Amino acid sequence: MNKPKGFFASPVGIIVVGLVIGGLAATLQKAGNPANMGVCVACFTRDIAGGLGLHQAKPVQYIRPEIPAFCLGAFLAALAFREFKPRTGSAPITRFILGMTAMIGALVFLGCPWRALLRLAGGDWNAILGLAGLIIGIAVGVQCLKLGFSLGRSYPTRAVAGLAMPFAMLALLVLAVLYPHFGENAALFRSEKGPGAAAAHVAVSIIVGLVIGFLAQRTRFCTVGGIRDVILMRDFHLLSGVIAFLVAAFALNLVYGQFHPGFTLGADAEGKVVMQPAAHTTHWLNFAGMLLAGLSFTLAGGCPGRQVFLSGEGDGDAGVFVLGMLTGAAVAHNFLMVGNGPQAPYIVVIALVVVLLIGILGRERLAVGR
Amino acid sequence: MATHVDARGLSCPQPVILTRTALQQAGGGQVVVTVDTMTQVHNCTRAATKLGWQATYEQKGDVFEMTLRKGPA
Repeated sequence: MNKPKGFFASPVGIIVVGLVIGGLAATLQKAGNPANMGVCVACFTRDIAGGLGLHQAKPVQYIRPEIPAFCLGAFLAALAFREFKPRTGSAPITRFILGMTAMIGALVFLGCPWRALLRLAGGDWNAILGLAGLIIGIAVGVQCLKLGFSLGRSYPTRAVAGLAMPFAMLALLVLAVLYPHFGENAALFRSEKGPGAAAAHVAVSIIVGLVIGFLAQRTRFCTVGGIRDVILMRDFHLLSGVIAFLVAAFALNLVYGQFHPGFTLGADAEGKVVMQPAAHTTHWLNFAGMLLAGLSFTLAGGCPGRQVFLSGEGDGDAGVFVLGMLTGAAVAHNFLMVGNGPQAPYIVVIALVVVLLIGILGRERLAVGR
Repeated sequence: MATHVDARGLSCPQPVILTRTALQQAGGGQVVVTVDTMTQVHNCTRAATKLGWQATYEQKGDVFEMTLRKGPA
């Protein structure tokens, strides 16, 4: 009989890893990544969708090496600690849709839960609305779970299925390094200006991504899980890592001169209001976008980062969720549903109805047997 | 007779919800929980410990069998 133990599962372990990830996120910004976006899983997945030509929003097209490196770092950690377990079969199409709605909600706010924290750490007060929406969305998701919501069981599968995402991510990483261009109006695309043009050196991004993936797999770092566990059972374990992430990013932002408080950055010389980096001030959309994202992530079992890490340890269902996010990003930009774009209010309401229906109709009795 | 919880293949946080429900229903004694990842071993251990139960686990092939105990055996 064993007793669960180990540094990474300990309260100190999750806090140290939270500090490291938050610190690396702020440092990546200093090294060239977009402001308040050091390691945004939603934004970077969206950039990858653009780089592949799945959408044509010119300022946000770049095969971000961090996302595949996250997956591969988690893959290596899972292999090293014998936790790589190919498994799949838990409501893949529902997870795909939840991945899409999560991404659509996140892109209305303009950031995933990680970026909501990074925006707050950079002084962007619009993040407060986003985080409030995120918490309410997670609370609604927890209620669905308490009422018996379940996506059903996954089952062990062949190694090839579990390896699919790590290998796809490896291919993506090769593309990110080589960045081949296949001709006029053909992929790969790469932004010449805008957030997509802001990037740390590819080697730095890969190393940081691998380190974060490795550490997050070991500690099960999850922003949505952190808030969820507090609501569900007053368990602050994961949340302590999330708070450490925020504290480290905030502290280093102060050191790097990256902290600029306000809903906006004030007015420029011509009197025009300057927005916070990749942000808008339509408060209800910041709130509602993250409400949608929080609910979607909770029903699917974890934040976007966690889904990427799980896909690296052989969870094919998490992989389907990630592919849903990639598709959701493309759809969001192609249909002008990003930020406070013209279609954003409509899609947020429609998607919220869809996800609520999933949450209510997806109840299943999983009896505690004797 | 020990209560058994089969939480194999379930996403977070369902194994924890099922375990907590079983522990609260049992009140004490022994509860056996079967999960298939170390993540769930850690999660269920944390949940059980918070409720005053002691947790041990044993790997049996591809699954982990957790034994949760509280009070006199």
